[in-house]
Amino acid sequence: MSGFVDILNSIIPSALMLATPLIFTALGGVFSERSGIINIGLEGLMIMGAFVAVVINLELYPILGSTLTPWVSILVAAVIGGLFASLHAVATVTFRADQVVSGVAINFLALGIGLFLIKQIYGKGQTDMIDGGLRSTDIPILEHIPVIGPIFFEGTYYTNWLAVILAFVVWYVIFKTPFGLRLRSVGEHPFAADSVGINVNRMRYIAVMLSGFFGGAGGAIFALTFAGNFSQGTISGQGFIALAAVVFGKWHPIGALGAALFFGLAQSLSVIGGGIPLLEDIPSVYLQIAPYVLTIFALVGLVGRAEAPKSLGTPFVKGSR
Amino acid sequence: MKKLNLLLTMLLTLTVILSACGTNGDSSEGQKDCEPDSSAIKAGIVTDEGGVDDKSFNQSAWEGLKAYGEEYCLDKDEMYGYAQSNQDSEYESNLTRLTQQDYELIFGIGFKLKDAVQTVASQNPDTKYALVDDVAEGDNVASVTFKEHQGSFLVGVAAALKSETGKVGFVGGIDSPLINKFEAGYVAGVKSVDPSIEVDVRYAESFSDAGKGRQIAKSMYDSNVDVIYHAAGGAGNGVFTEAKDIKAGDSEANVWVIGVDRDQYEEGSVDDSNVTLTSMVKRVDVAVQDVIKRTIEGNFPGGEVLEYGLADGGISVADTNEEAYTDEIASKVKEWKEKIQNGDVEVPQTREELEGFVSNLE
Repeated sequence: MSGFVDILNSIIPSALMLATPLIFTALGGVFSERSGIINIGLEGLMIMGAFVAVVINLELYPILGSTLTPWVSILVAAVIGGLFASLHAVATVTFRADQVVSGVAINFLALGIGLFLIKQIYGKGQTDMIDGGLRSTDIPILEHIPVIGPIFFEGTYYTNWLAVILAFVVWYVIFKTPFGLRLRSVGEHPFAADSVGINVNRMRYIAVMLSGFFGGAGGAIFALTFAGNFSQGTISGQGFIALAAVVFGKWHPIGALGAALFFGLAQSLSVIGGGIPLLEDIPSVYLQIAPYVLTIFALVGLVGRAEAPKSLGTPFVKGSR
Repeated sequence: MKKLNLLLTMLLTLTVILSACGTNGDSSEGQKDCEPDSSAIKAGIVTDEGGVDDKSFNQSAWEGLKAYGEEYCLDKDEMYGYAQSNQDSEYESNLTRLTQQDYELIFGIGFKLKDAVQTVASQNPDTKYALVDDVAEGDNVASVTFKEHQGSFLVGVAAALKSETGKVGFVGGIDSPLINKFEAGYVAGVKSVDPSIEVDVRYAESFSDAGKGRQIAKSMYDSNVDVIYHAAGGAGNGVFTEAKDIKAGDSEANVWVIGVDRDQYEEGSVDDSNVTLTSMVKRVDVAVQDVIKRTIEGNFPGGEVLEYGLADGGISVADTNEEAYTDEIASKVKEWKEKIQNGDVEVPQTREELEGFVSNLE
């Protein structure tokens, strides 16, 4: 029994840690896609967030110290991420460009801008390691709960729990507030929404910028927890996994949370599996591909037909119908 | 139409930004008080995306070239220089450009340039090329490789001496013959000091995913491993973040990372301490200077595979962290280094050779 708890103790914190940036980014994706704008650019938004967070961290650490720096970095990265995402909004909402193509452009652009500015600011191809990264802590009081305490609340990050709480907040906002109703109506049936006086384009702008805000925060958290610097390969595919989590979670914030946690758990199992008595004998290649195979099974079998917002991908042209 | 215009604008912006990266504005320094050596040749390097200040391979190569320039009193860009590639597609055009500028010897830095070097070399049989870190074909191409297994053996010795728990770890990038060389050397080094020490060997299957690197490191440290050697590039950053996080929470914690390719002391710095025990350093600068010297002497090793190791200073072990890398460890490492150089110890390069090596120890 204690062996089992030990295993949970090593898998769960690492799964949560890995899922956190995905949760943030996927929540951003939910906002954007619920309003009817496909956001392939999540990867680019994460890159932008990681870049800004690392630069801010390097610059401000000497002034702000180790407690404040990471949070300021994440906040600034989120804000810049929101502004950067407005490019996607301008392209797809105002100019009605193809949403997939614009998203791809965002991905390229983010990496280009990031590397170019690093070169300009520091004169090299990648940044130094940051000093003010996020640090793991024990959460007071909760850590003393027997069994659960050590697994969930010891050596964890505040950002992990912020991500989980935010998923519920986003659920509340999208499904229980007038703003959320408008957002969803714009994504389902923009003409109906327009006819009752909702400004469709404005709602979509807000949604896309929110996706940038969350995506930027997700990228920032990834950089501050894992990579510790910014280079060409800092964000390598996490944005696309977050996008998959949006679909996997059926465009629902709690679903996206679940999907992100699932990805985290699957990868954590594949990494740590080698050290677990039961999984030790399975060739590591099976554990490595497990997350992807499980995802396909889950998408085909368990989740059923994923219902996308009806107007996803179609630009709104006022009075065209 | 509007859509199209916008996309074009975006693409243009991107192109402008990327091409702006390409210009490098190093201005040459003041007057020199020496005469250029007439025997000197015009030598250049083509970097990969890292550029000449990546604190790794490319930088080391550039430092080697600069040292050559100073030794022979040459002018930068006149007799030696570099071209930086900002994406994979630029390797060939950069190599061709330097060839057209009458460079006599051109280095391609990193295995990624292998195809480009081979193509350009076959088109320009009169120019000499050298590929660093991989083997290329062609009579006018020299291949520069390193005996990573020797250096890995020595850091393995250091890891074994530093470990208190009797468990050490190895995190590799992609499970491939090159990285297996690091693994085999390291395990052999550890076992040579104490065969009872366990070595936990895992691969991240990526050279960039710091998330995976960190998860592996976490599970290793959780299972009482106290020294981890990484040969995983960017994924290895995750090993550093995990070790530093543990150290930041408990400054007495006995966790160590061994760096790779260059001295990764700076990466290990946390508060007032440092988790980098040592690093296995590949001296690309030494190799670059050596190949240039040979070429000047008329012995350009075209078609040959050069292997730099401990004996010629192409591989070394960093001793920057004086607190952790104690004199005792340093002197032991030196002993083993001599044994390798004398040929008393034949360091294994593959898992099969490692098996034989370990069974001989018992």
